[in-house]
Formats: sequence, structure tokens, C-alpha cells
Amino acid sequence: MSEDILAGLAAIVNEVAGVPVEDVQSDKSFVDDLDVDSLSMVEVVMACEDKWGVKIPDSEVKNLKTVGDAVTYISANV
Amino acid sequence: MTGTITVPQGPQYARIMSVGAYRPERVVTNAEICTRIDSTDEWIQERSGITERRYAADGETVIDMAVAAANDAIHKAGITPEEVGLVLVASCTYPYLTPSAATQIAVRINATSAAATDISSACAGFCYGVGMASDVVRGGNAKYAVVIGAEKLTDWFDQYDRTLAFLFADGAGAVVIGPSDVPAIGPTKWGADGTMIDALGIAPSFLEQRQDPINNVPKLYMQGQTVFRWAITVMAQLAQEALDAAGLTADDLDAFIAHQANNRITDALIRALKLPDHVAVARDIVTQGNTSAASIPLAMSRMVEEGEAKSGGTALIIGFGAGLAYAAQVVTLP
Repeated sequence: MSEDILAGLAAIVNEVAGVPVEDVQSDKSFVDDLDVDSLSMVEVVMACEDKWGVKIPDSEVKNLKTVGDAVTYISANV
Repeated sequence: MTGTITVPQGPQYARIMSVGAYRPERVVTNAEICTRIDSTDEWIQERSGITERRYAADGETVIDMAVAAANDAIHKAGITPEEVGLVLVASCTYPYLTPSAATQIAVRINATSAAATDISSACAGFCYGVGMASDVVRGGNAKYAVVIGAEKLTDWFDQYDRTLAFLFADGAGAVVIGPSDVPAIGPTKWGADGTMIDALGIAPSFLEQRQDPINNVPKLYMQGQTVFRWAITVMAQLAQEALDAAGLTADDLDAFIAHQANNRITDALIRALKLPDHVAVARDIVTQGNTSAASIPLAMSRMVEEGEAKSGGTALIIGFGAGLAYAAQVVTLP
């Protein structure tokens, strides 16, 4: 399940921010490691909502610092 | 005893006859901005598309800039100011609660016969004004209306706030709206979502400032991610609704002029609308910054003056901002 979400998330981050899929690993920080800025993060979140039918409120986005944080949140709320 | 009230009769159609602009002289580069905030030219350009912006001079006011833009538009329309029946001013930075900026501008441009009032719809104000003025002209209550967007945002944001200081700037744009023989301003699709007051605005109030003049200075606040998310979803739908209401598709457009809030918003709207490559896209923000209500007429002026879009072409204009308030319509470019 988490593996599938990680793969799906990697594809989204690649699509939105041009980050190579293989770089999108659980321990990577969106901002510091992948250079996904705050506006791109909004687009990543929106794409995740579309893909998995989860709701990720703006107040939650700031807590999703790493790829693993996002995978965990999506897994728990999907 | 009952009589019949005579009601006004106007022309069937209205159009934008001309567009005028005023850009302050002072150019402020990203390098200068980075003397006040911890940032870089590259960072600013990546997040906004802005390379430089214009700031008004210290003594230069919203009124001064509005008058310059309005005079330019009236001159280009080939009418006299005495023929103007309505002056509508969209501004969120005019620093008086009353009287309105419009009354002061009307007297300065010699619009001696005009009604004059302000629109408080922030960055959506210009498109609100175009819709109102079009309906006033068509309704027969004014032959010509001047719609002005004028802002001095530098008075209202914290120059040391790294999340905001690189975005905002000063300037004014204006259009003259008058009668037309053919359809030239489509239906206005507009609305407001007052539940999102925390997303964007200027606070605290003047009353709170009275209680604590040092700590309660009203200044601009913005939740960037919230506004961005709203703009690229709800505003994409609004833009499509304005096209649908005008009976057109994206293929029919010659130009797309979104409020110059951020190039990243414009990019997302282009993708959502699937705008064809032949549509010229306003990018005035690159050298002008975000000028709130002034940004659409300023961008329109540049596109027409520099030949990016031809006079008589069809443009979709869309404004959105604090409120949150929003408005869009399809227009024929002057």
C-alpha cells in the first residue's frame, strides 16, 4: 500500500516539479532535498487529493515535510 | 394620482474604447528588494516571475497615479472629460475612508458632470468596475464611464516581510467604456466568498490602531498557499464560465489577461483552460510587480501598445483577490 502511494507520489512530484522519480524517497525533504517550493507543494497536494480521494487541508500541508510524511498521511486517510 | 416613471434607455452594447496607464518612474530591482529581505533574484523569479517592479515616489499618491492613467485613457478615447458620466475607482490602498478617491479624481480630470464612487473589491475591483460600467452605459445612466484601478501598495506592506515584499508594487490603469454598435463586453461572471477573510487582506482596523498605534498598524497579510490553491482551482472554473457565458471557447481568444498576482497562477490557469498557443498571455508582472486593482488595465495597456495583442482582438480578463472577491468577462480590446 505504502509502496504504491510512494510510487504514485513520485510520479506526481515529477510531473509538478520535474524532480526525477528515483529521487523521491521517503526520507527526502520536499523543500530542502527536492527543491519543491511552497506553491509547487500546493499543486502536489491537489494532485494527491485527486488521485487518492483524500482531503489534505492547508493547515496540514505544513506538517508534510518529507515524502514519508506525505505517504503516511495519505495511507492513514485514504 | 399615479404617473408613469420615465426610465433611462441606453445603447444595446458597450465597449472598452481606450486604455490608459501610469507606471511610476522608480524601478526597484530584485537586488534592491534583497537588501531588505533574506532572498535572491533567482528565488524571487522562480516563485513569482518578477524581475523588477515600480514604486511611487514618496509624495506621489493613489490619486496622482489614477489621474494620470485616466487622462491618458480619456485622451485616447477621443472624448472630452465633461462627457464622462461616471468615474469608478477600484483601489484597496487609498488611505481615506471617506470621501471616496473617485470624487477627488473626477475633479482633477475635469469630469464635472460625472457621478463618482469607489469599488472595494481589491484585486478583483477592475473587473467589477468593467461589469458595472458596461451595465450603466447600456442602462442609459451614463454615456461614458471611466473605470480606474489605482494602487500604492508600498504604503501597506512590510518591506521586511520576505513572504510579501518582493510581490507588491504601485501603479494605475484606466479604461473608458462607452456605447458600441456590436457586442464587445461579455457577461460578467462574478462573486465573493467571505468565508476566506483570513486568506488575504489589510488588518488590523483603524479602530484597533487607535487603541495601540505602535503595534496595530494596518498592513497587508496573505496566506500564500491558500490563495494560490483557490486561484488555480476556483478561478480556472470562473474563467471557463466567463467564456461559456460569452458563447466562446479558448480557441476564440486572442489574449488572456489574468490579474497579475503571480506568474505561477497565470501558468496554472493556462493549463487548466487549455489555452492554445496562439493566445497572447499578459506577463506585465515581470517588470511591474503585483499592483492589485491596477494590474489588469496596466497589462492590457502594454499588450495593446506593444502589439502583443491587436486592437479589436478578443480577450478574457479575470480579477481575483481579497474578500475573496472575483470577476471575469470576455472583452474586445480597445
